[in-house]
Amino acid sequence: MSILAQDRTRAEIRLEDAALSLDGPLLVLKREIECGLHDAVEVLDDNGQSRLGRVVALRPDAIVVDIHASGRDLPISGLRARFHGAPLNFGVGPGLLGRILDGTGAPIDGGPPLAVVEERSVNGAPINPVARDLPVDFIETGVTAIDLLNALVRGQKLPLFSGGGMPHDRLAIRIAEHARLLGERDEAFALVFAGIGVSHTTAALFRNAIEESGALERTVMFLNLADESSAQRLLAPRYALTAAEYLAFTEGLHVLVVMTDMTSYCEALREVSAGHGEIPARKGYPGYMYSDLASLFERAGRIRGCSGSLTQLPILTMPGDDITHPIPDLTGYITEGQIVLDRGLHRKGIEPPIAVLPSLSRLVDQGIGEGFTDVDHPALSAQLYAAYARTRQVRLLASVVGEEGLSEGDRAYLEFGDAFEQRLIAQDAPRSLAESLEIGWDVLRALPAGDLTRLSDEQLARHHVKSTETGDG
Amino acid sequence: MSGASARIVQVGGPVLRAETDGVFRSNEAVEVGHQRLIGEVLRLDGNQIVVQVFEETAGLKPGDPVTGTGRPLSVRLGPGLLGGIFDGLLRPLTGSDESFIEPGFTIAAAGRVPFTPVVETGDELTEGQAFGKVVREGRPDLLCMVPPGISGKVESIASAGDVDETETVCKLAEEDGTSHELSCSQVWPVRDPRPARRRLPASGPLITGQRIMDTLFPVARGGRAALPGGFGTGKTILQQSVAKWCDADIIIYVGCGERGNEMAEVLREFPELEDPRTGRPLSERSVIIANTSNMPVAAREASIYTGVTVAEYFRDMGFDVAMLADSTSRWAEALREISGRLGELPAEAGYPAYLGSRKAEFYERAGRTEALSGAVGSVTLIGAVSPPGGDFSEPVTLYTQRNVRCFWPLDRERARARFYPAIHPLQAYSEDADELGQWWREQGYPEWDGHRRRLLELLGEQVQLERMARIVGKDTLPAPQQLALLNAELANEAFLRQSAMSDVDAFCTPERQIAMMRTLMRFIDRSHSALEGGMTVAGIAGLPLLRRVRRMGEEIGNDEVERFEKLQADIDAALASSGVVESGTESKSETEAGQETAT
Ligand SMILES: Nc1ncnc2c1ncn2[C@@H]1O[C@H](COP(=O)(O)OP(=O)(O)OP(=O)(O)O)[C@@H](O)[C@H]1O
Ligand SMILES: [Mg+2]
Repeated sequence: MSILAQDRTRAEIRLEDAALSLDGPLLVLKREIECGLHDAVEVLDDNGQSRLGRVVALRPDAIVVDIHASGRDLPISGLRARFHGAPLNFGVGPGLLGRILDGTGAPIDGGPPLAVVEERSVNGAPINPVARDLPVDFIETGVTAIDLLNALVRGQKLPLFSGGGMPHDRLAIRIAEHARLLGERDEAFALVFAGIGVSHTTAALFRNAIEESGALERTVMFLNLADESSAQRLLAPRYALTAAEYLAFTEGLHVLVVMTDMTSYCEALREVSAGHGEIPARKGYPGYMYSDLASLFERAGRIRGCSGSLTQLPILTMPGDDITHPIPDLTGYITEGQIVLDRGLHRKGIEPPIAVLPSLSRLVDQGIGEGFTDVDHPALSAQLYAAYARTRQVRLLASVVGEEGLSEGDRAYLEFGDAFEQRLIAQDAPRSLAESLEIGWDVLRALPAGDLTRLSDEQLARHHVKSTETGDG
Repeated sequence: MSGASARIVQVGGPVLRAETDGVFRSNEAVEVGHQRLIGEVLRLDGNQIVVQVFEETAGLKPGDPVTGTGRPLSVRLGPGLLGGIFDGLLRPLTGSDESFIEPGFTIAAAGRVPFTPVVETGDELTEGQAFGKVVREGRPDLLCMVPPGISGKVESIASAGDVDETETVCKLAEEDGTSHELSCSQVWPVRDPRPARRRLPASGPLITGQRIMDTLFPVARGGRAALPGGFGTGKTILQQSVAKWCDADIIIYVGCGERGNEMAEVLREFPELEDPRTGRPLSERSVIIANTSNMPVAAREASIYTGVTVAEYFRDMGFDVAMLADSTSRWAEALREISGRLGELPAEAGYPAYLGSRKAEFYERAGRTEALSGAVGSVTLIGAVSPPGGDFSEPVTLYTQRNVRCFWPLDRERARARFYPAIHPLQAYSEDADELGQWWREQGYPEWDGHRRRLLELLGEQVQLERMARIVGKDTLPAPQQLALLNAELANEAFLRQSAMSDVDAFCTPERQIAMMRTLMRFIDRSHSALEGGMTVAGIAGLPLLRRVRRMGEEIGNDEVERFEKLQADIDAALASSGVVESGTESKSETEAGQETAT
């Protein structure tokens, strides 16, 4: 299997004093040399400082270069451009693990330069759907609201939809730590962390947590910090995913990619698009944002004949907690479900504050049930969902007519709902799936058996023992 | 005129300009650059042409060649399509061993098919008529047809045997001496509808196996339907369910700008799925077209046309074809992106002004037709729509709604409660329903129209009653209204809910749909009489039998429809108090129900 090999030699061509105009990140150069669309370019200013960009358009007499680093503080005279003669490449190799790099793959940990085994285009290439293997291996995250109700499987892309001030980082760390521990072959695990426009504090938080769990030597971190160029934000996840693809599909590791914060990524995309003078679609975001995000998220998966897998856990903060905002909306249309954090639950002190109704894992049906987890796992999950959805209606009714105005049957749902949130969703230590299942059956006991129509008589008989009334069994 | 050449002068994204002194035509297919990427001429502008490229354009340079093919963007239609998976331009994805798709990949050699002639030298053939057949064990018999616009006398015809799809097997000579060499396959421009002799009125439903569709909002064979819904509301699962279980002869499944894993799923499942009618794998009568969200945008736009062209090709052989397109919004977005690159003035939400007419043209290609050969076939189009923010008032949903006859919107609240299919029964409609009652009558179900209407009324009433209950409390509603609420909840749970993941209920035969509807209606009728007869709503709601009615879809399979009669009898017995005018029957009916269910 050959992957993405870019064999075009790196032709470095200098173009001095050829700049025609500079408008934001867009540099227009005289077309004095031959270069290809999307070729990488290094722009060197009069101090010899270099900035990365790529060719975005070729006109009869001009080359348009989009400078990924900031276009600020650049003179127009005395500029030099170095053309790579190939799209932006990243030199990958097994030495990636244990390193901390910036958003364009340059070491920032004081260590030696990376040992390059292979140069790959950072944009990757689409995986042939025929070559894909279905993600089916259940990952125990230790989080009940995920394992029991929205299971994660290897090769899935499952984002966390969060909001400012909510504990999404902690949840992501928890998942990353636990998912690692469960792997039967611990050494086959790797974590790739892409910090996109993150603060120094967040970067440190992740770094410390990873260090504490002893996984640093199995981790690569790509950090684009909040005070770095926004255009470089577009590159950080691409470098990270190129590394992840190499580790997963060449080295055969089970790679978990945590990318945060995708909202910063999308905002950078908007900024760059506006700089290009493009007609926006919704809320100023470019019409191609769906395709652009897909070009990142679709890099998750499994490939036939490869033992590794690439699982993505992107994190995004929903602007204004609005799930219909273009960022979560387009993400949801691409990813295989979403885990939504809820401010109301957070305020109630329920940790992790996962809102299960809007959360979804689309690969759940492939990764749970007989032969994967527990025979009755899917039915239990369906029943919990049905009951919790009814709880919501009952709460609504109760808020109008008062609890006294409810029928006895309805009141049971209030009790169930509280147990569900406080005992099932809330947790302070990781739980095994068996423990999660047990809690699931247990909270259902607040409801009469006759109501549990998602469960078969046999399932009721097996698990709903405490209740005397077993419908018609 | 083939082979006009041009040189790129300007390129950016999927659109380029090239200079030529040759003759190109609008919509001509072209080959671009040294990798011979596929493109299409969008505009002619003096000595320049504007081309959209269906593949990744990275690396293209000014000066690179653009070569005309002399014909519009076309695909080769042949018997070998069945069972295959293709990209948006109908190039097989199975041909290469590469795990990743690189631009300009080569087309796999045409497959060999077993050919049987059905004409003899000297026979007169007109357009659309068959000169041969491809018969393969268990697969639909396919026709090798004279392409539209061609006719003549058979000069030679190959004898039976394996042939290449592109090899000449039949020669026709026209009166004036022009001769035509025909193979088992033919090339057709994707943007042109294939001609038919005439359009025919609908004759029956496409049975999807989904109760809410077939019973409440049916689609006719040759109909068009839209399935709009926000992310995660169940569009793909429903499309896949329809593909798996519907009673069309041929299935065309187009994944347009969606997930790679979903295509992998379809690829894995279709060969394993048996056609409930023939017992053969579904993959033998399906064609999968995959242009996932990370594949080039322009090809996404073409994939929809490619799909419907393939559908028409099988229709012309006399098949009923169902094409599922997931999602047509990605096609519209591709149009928007290309339009933006061309600098066209946008209309609503950045979409080009011609979005509406493109949608209309596309859906017009659905229909039941008499082919040029006289064979009767149909193309049913079912398209998913992915509205931004789940808002159905956006342009793509609105234009789609205008062009379809069945509208199956998915409701976020239902989906969140994991109530599937999440089709909103009050927002959905079917304009085909009136014509389809006859079919159900022929199945021995004359009550179909009436039952359907009653169920819809009940669901409408539910909304009003729930609103009232929220103000005054459920218990203060008059008893008949409380009962209506109970029955409406039952209709949802027992009849409309149908899990695609269920072994028993993923698919529902028409016989079983009839039996389930009759069971539900029996309960509703008997419960009202029981109420009049003195039973209380609480008494009815407390019947253990209700659990069996609610779970009937899960418990009683397609091959045990007779068990519904027992359930109906049990309903009669449990609510028998209706006949007894005296009071005090409540406890009796309870014990009765208990006894029955114990058996
Ligand atoms: N009919 C159904 N039966 C059972 N489960 C369903 C059904 N429909 C949807 N689901 C569940 O909902 C999930 C999401 O459905 P689906 O992938 O079809 O959504 P979608 O509308 O296609 O979303 P998107 O627009 O993001 O592609 C599925 O993975 C499945 O778990
Ligand atoms: Mg979908």
